[in-house]
Amino acid sequence: MAVLFSRPQSLTDTPFRYCPGCHHGLAHRLGAEALDELNLREKAVGIASVGCSVYTNEFFNCDTQQAAHGRAPAVATAVKRARPECFVFTYQGDGDLASIGMAETIHAAARGENISIIFINNACYGMTGGQMAPTTLPGQKTTTSPLGREAAREGNPIDMMKLLNALEGPAYLSRVLLTSPGKQAAAKRSILRAFRAQMKGLGFSLVEILSACPSNWRMTPVEALRYVDEVMAKYYPPGEVRVAKEVLEG
Amino acid sequence: MKDQVELVSGNRAVARGALDAGCRMYFGYPITPQTEIAEYMSMVLPEMNGVFLQAESELAAINMVYGAAGAGRRVMTTSSSPGISLMMEGLSYLATAELPCVIANVMRGGPGLGNISPAQGDYFQAVKGGGHGDYHTPVLAPWSVQEIYDLTRTAFDLADRWRNPVFILLDGLLGTMMEPLRTREPVPEREAPSWATTGIFAREANDRTPRSIYTLHMPEGALTEVNRRLQAKYREIAREEVRYDEHFTRDAEVLVVAYGSVARSALQAVRIARQQGRRAGLFRPVSLWPFPEEALYNLSEKVQKILVAEMSSGQMLEDVRLATAPSCKIEFAGAMGGELIYPGTILTRLQEE
Ligand SMILES: Cc1ncc(C[n+]2csc(CCOP(=O)(O)OP(=O)(O)O)c2C)c(N)n1
Ligand code: SF4
Repeated sequence: MAVLFSRPQSLTDTPFRYCPGCHHGLAHRLGAEALDELNLREKAVGIASVGCSVYTNEFFNCDTQQAAHGRAPAVATAVKRARPECFVFTYQGDGDLASIGMAETIHAAARGENISIIFINNACYGMTGGQMAPTTLPGQKTTTSPLGREAAREGNPIDMMKLLNALEGPAYLSRVLLTSPGKQAAAKRSILRAFRAQMKGLGFSLVEILSACPSNWRMTPVEALRYVDEVMAKYYPPGEVRVAKEVLEG
Repeated sequence: MKDQVELVSGNRAVARGALDAGCRMYFGYPITPQTEIAEYMSMVLPEMNGVFLQAESELAAINMVYGAAGAGRRVMTTSSSPGISLMMEGLSYLATAELPCVIANVMRGGPGLGNISPAQGDYFQAVKGGGHGDYHTPVLAPWSVQEIYDLTRTAFDLADRWRNPVFILLDGLLGTMMEPLRTREPVPEREAPSWATTGIFAREANDRTPRSIYTLHMPEGALTEVNRRLQAKYREIAREEVRYDEHFTRDAEVLVVAYGSVARSALQAVRIARQQGRRAGLFRPVSLWPFPEEALYNLSEKVQKILVAEMSSGQMLEDVRLATAPSCKIEFAGAMGGELIYPGTILTRLQEE
């Protein structure tokens, strides 16, 4: 019998422990499929971060290290420089990457560190129960912006694509959605491009995934998908913002 | 080459010791009085096919050490007091993940931004753990340029032997002074250890299970188990890695306990006291953790008094009190804020009854 669909080799058989409608599981799967397709599993060292995805190391079927909160790009930098023949990726949430780890993110990008980052932007701190993140949208209510984020009080959100695109170092930067099968396929193409950028030694690559966190948004999974499409994607426009031409060659 | 004697600074001796131990990766952030180490590494490592990277902060530097150590490389970072404080979170992770690495702290005056003069105010931070949670790191405290080189080499072997971060504790005086150094035959970098995340492809066909380095232990009882294992290891280190140095202690009636550059002042004071007929001795802990408790206890039963001399408000003093016989009189000569302790100060105290 022909197998039409199976678990990617790059995922372990550990069941995901994410909430219903959470996008972490899908993002893991797409990352793992990309590793499989590019034959990277055995070369890979994945760096888990601190957030709901802290167990990334249990889910990816490759060598892994779990970094302290925000420090994954520093850890990845060193792993890549220690073992340039390895494929090194991090998997980080928005609190991890854009708040406590902002310096590590920006500097790894500026150095053009030859690593790839899967960045989950769910506009809140998922693991600690839905506090405000640097990416929380204007007006969005969280447990630490209970009246809704207001620039004068809580400050403005940070658009990581704009910030990173100001630097010379990145070879590939893209923002994607997972709200429909078509968009998931496009997201995977982005991840493949990001990974290829590293394989070709072009420098820093990052894919930002606008992700649903139904539990902390106090929404049903379906409402959360709509929120990503209709609210988040308006504020954070999807698309490739940096594609070094060598990424597309060959 | 082998028998060549060079005149180098303590800072440079740290770098030379690391390189001769096969360390080819260095991450650091500039801070006086140890920046010379980074500058030297930035000059020589690229030529040796090694990695020098100036990190964006000490926070990043110590986490780079985590990544490189986890990938199975010999790796080090160095800093001075405020920078070491920033590294403490990372140290706790390194200790928990049991990653071998070497960290040198060339201590300066504190607290706060303090000043850039020599000090020993980071003793507690170094020997009691320093970051969060129950952990220890061996701490080696050399007192000469030669010993800085030798102990830096030793530190890498200890780190590997115990799968643990190891500290070299210096002060600004030791880091910046120059003395003759006789280096030994360098060793090549050792192979990646059997637990390192090297990528599956780098391993034999029978060793293809993915490896993971992590410090989160959520299942019930898991973290207790980790702690038990760590504590058992620390007890073993405490039994096997005690190091100390003694001068004129055999018949001593009065004993100075000092480490690092202060021990140099102390030795001079002890010599002069001897010339004057006072039977003084010096006990110099070389491993500050594990602290040489037993050896010191035995001496404390024989001497009339112990003078602890330390460039702090009295940190090692506490360990000396814990380690000595209750009958022994303990006195203290301290200096804070980057002031030195000169032989004369110690001599005066030795002359007192
Ligand atoms: C130094 C430190 N500070 C705070 C925390 C607590 N903490 C754990 S996860 C987290 C936020 C994670 O949010 P994000 O990165 O957005 O990931 P998500 O959970 O949403 O996937 C925080 C603040 C920590 N573990 N370490
Ligand atoms: S809290 Fe949010 S991010 Fe975390 S698992 Fe649940 S839905 Fe996903």
